[in-house]
Amino acid sequence: MRFLVFLARRLLHSVFVLLGLSILVFLIARVMPGDPARMALGPRAPDWAVEKFRESLHLDKPLYTQYYYWIRGALHGDFGKSIFTRRDVTTDIKEFFPATLELMLLCGAIMSSLGIFLGVASARYANRWPDNVVRVISYMGVVTPAFVFAILFLLLFGYVLDILPTAGRLSPSITRPPTITGLITLDSLIAGNFAAFFDAVKHLLMPAFALALGPMAQEARITRSSMTENLQRDFIALERSQAIPERKIMSKYLMKLSLIPTVSVLALDFAAQLGWAFLVELIFNWPGISRYGINVMLRKDLNAIVAVIMVIGLMFLIVNIIVDILVAWLDPRIRLGAERSK
Amino acid sequence: MNRSPRRTLARRWEGAKKGWYKFSRNPLSVIGAAAVLLILFLLAFAPYVAPYPEHAGSFVNFREARQPPSWKHPFGTDTVGRDVLSRIFFAFRFSMAMGVVVLSLTVPVGVTLGLLAGYKKGTWIDTVIMRTTDIFVSVPPLVLALAVCSVLTPSVFNAMMAVSLMWWPWYCRLVYGIASSLRNEFFVQSAQVTGAGSPHVLFKEILPNCYAPILTKMSLDMAWVILIGSALSFVGLGAQPPTPDLGTMVADGGRYMPDQWWMTVFPAFAIMFVVLGFNLLGDGIRDMLAVEEV
Repeated sequence: MRFLVFLARRLLHSVFVLLGLSILVFLIARVMPGDPARMALGPRAPDWAVEKFRESLHLDKPLYTQYYYWIRGALHGDFGKSIFTRRDVTTDIKEFFPATLELMLLCGAIMSSLGIFLGVASARYANRWPDNVVRVISYMGVVTPAFVFAILFLLLFGYVLDILPTAGRLSPSITRPPTITGLITLDSLIAGNFAAFFDAVKHLLMPAFALALGPMAQEARITRSSMTENLQRDFIALERSQAIPERKIMSKYLMKLSLIPTVSVLALDFAAQLGWAFLVELIFNWPGISRYGINVMLRKDLNAIVAVIMVIGLMFLIVNIIVDILVAWLDPRIRLGAERSK
Repeated sequence: MNRSPRRTLARRWEGAKKGWYKFSRNPLSVIGAAAVLLILFLLAFAPYVAPYPEHAGSFVNFREARQPPSWKHPFGTDTVGRDVLSRIFFAFRFSMAMGVVVLSLTVPVGVTLGLLAGYKKGTWIDTVIMRTTDIFVSVPPLVLALAVCSVLTPSVFNAMMAVSLMWWPWYCRLVYGIASSLRNEFFVQSAQVTGAGSPHVLFKEILPNCYAPILTKMSLDMAWVILIGSALSFVGLGAQPPTPDLGTMVADGGRYMPDQWWMTVFPAFAIMFVVLGFNLLGDGIRDMLAVEEV
């Protein structure tokens, strides 16, 4: 019951943050020097057309009225038209979003599973060779930005070894399975088209690893330090004195407790990767919402910029809520409301 | 109480010696400090140490274009014949300027707001400031910085402003945590009952307790700000040609992969070197000042 209250508060807070974000982004888009109507129509459009266009966008009204019209549209799923693609922004986002989702899901899976695995391994063999290997890997991972990983992978696996495709989601020779979820890997499995599935996975590997390696290193470091710290606790000594096997101590008593900081940092890192995805998608020509975002930003396509940021913000909030639920499951102090009484 | 200037100086010297001892226990911290010093040296004396200082600007020499690494050009040359190594030295200047400007703009603002919100915890001031930071951190800083840059004219200055706008909430949150836990301590209360005003309590009583975490976070953040700056340039929304910038060089060279790999790989390594240096230095400072987590 307390957990439901906690969740409700969390959701309410998210709605508030999203609303605040919309005001912030709206202001950023409107303080721009220059006339959006003129930019949309180009320098050679006649003045009367620009004037009419401006009225149709409510740009002649005061800011708060403009915001009212915009948020009313946004709540109905209407973010206006994109100058870049000349289509509804909502249509664009529906088309590009699944590619980013597919990429981020794999990235999240890689960074959490590998990160935790490496962290546990180095805590288990603390100060022996596996620990040192993991330490070097973590330092490399932490200091290398995702776009540098992307470039180096592209060079190594894409060109020198020539074993992975360098751009896009599918090879041109493969027919795309019918769109059901928009995630090509899932769609091709549903259609039973394994050639398309393996091709899609091959395309996913480089961008997903480029995004995942940095946070993976971070997770490994945090998992290691929280596990070695908790190993010093009294209850572990007690369990050891009762001759409970080391493996069981590790998996049953130590693991859950030690993963709390890892999972909390996971959310922050995953969110940061949503930002780096902008560069990685550009490098691999990945037709996702981030590459779309860069394209519309370079063209000052305001409606689309605002919508992309709102979608990223929404994704970020959802990840945060999921992580909060996970942490609450791992940590009874939060689940049972001890946090609130502090 | 004897507070003669000579004695405080001697005490400080002792403190510095102890600090250096702790810092130098970890070889990685020393490596980090050395890397940062090397970068500072290279950028300060770039016109003298760079083999071809004139290549920093819009120099063109097509006869030497696209040369692979050699003794003459250790990191090769780019598409118009400029020495990549020389340009990397000059690019350090813009990276470092980015970090210094952004942090010197955002740290005072973030710290002041954080102190205020923490000290006035539970009041409307706290609510307004902290809920505003919630909004700013609800999107990755790179994405908002990209958006701000995109609506302005792309330039180094605007990139700095955009990143600064996104960076203050992190300092605000860091200081908020400390300030709100210290506000009921005796030393704060004793200042209050002797009639000290809020500015005195905030800046003379509470702020000195925040120096260590702030300093640690700043040295770690240098790396991230430089990274975000190079990311902005990479996309074309930061430094504009012919300004040498690591992000721009990686992006421009990327078009000529894999045949002319040196144009992009060496600037990419340079970025890693800068980030590694500041990270190791930051970790060392954290251990030296015994800061828990920032």
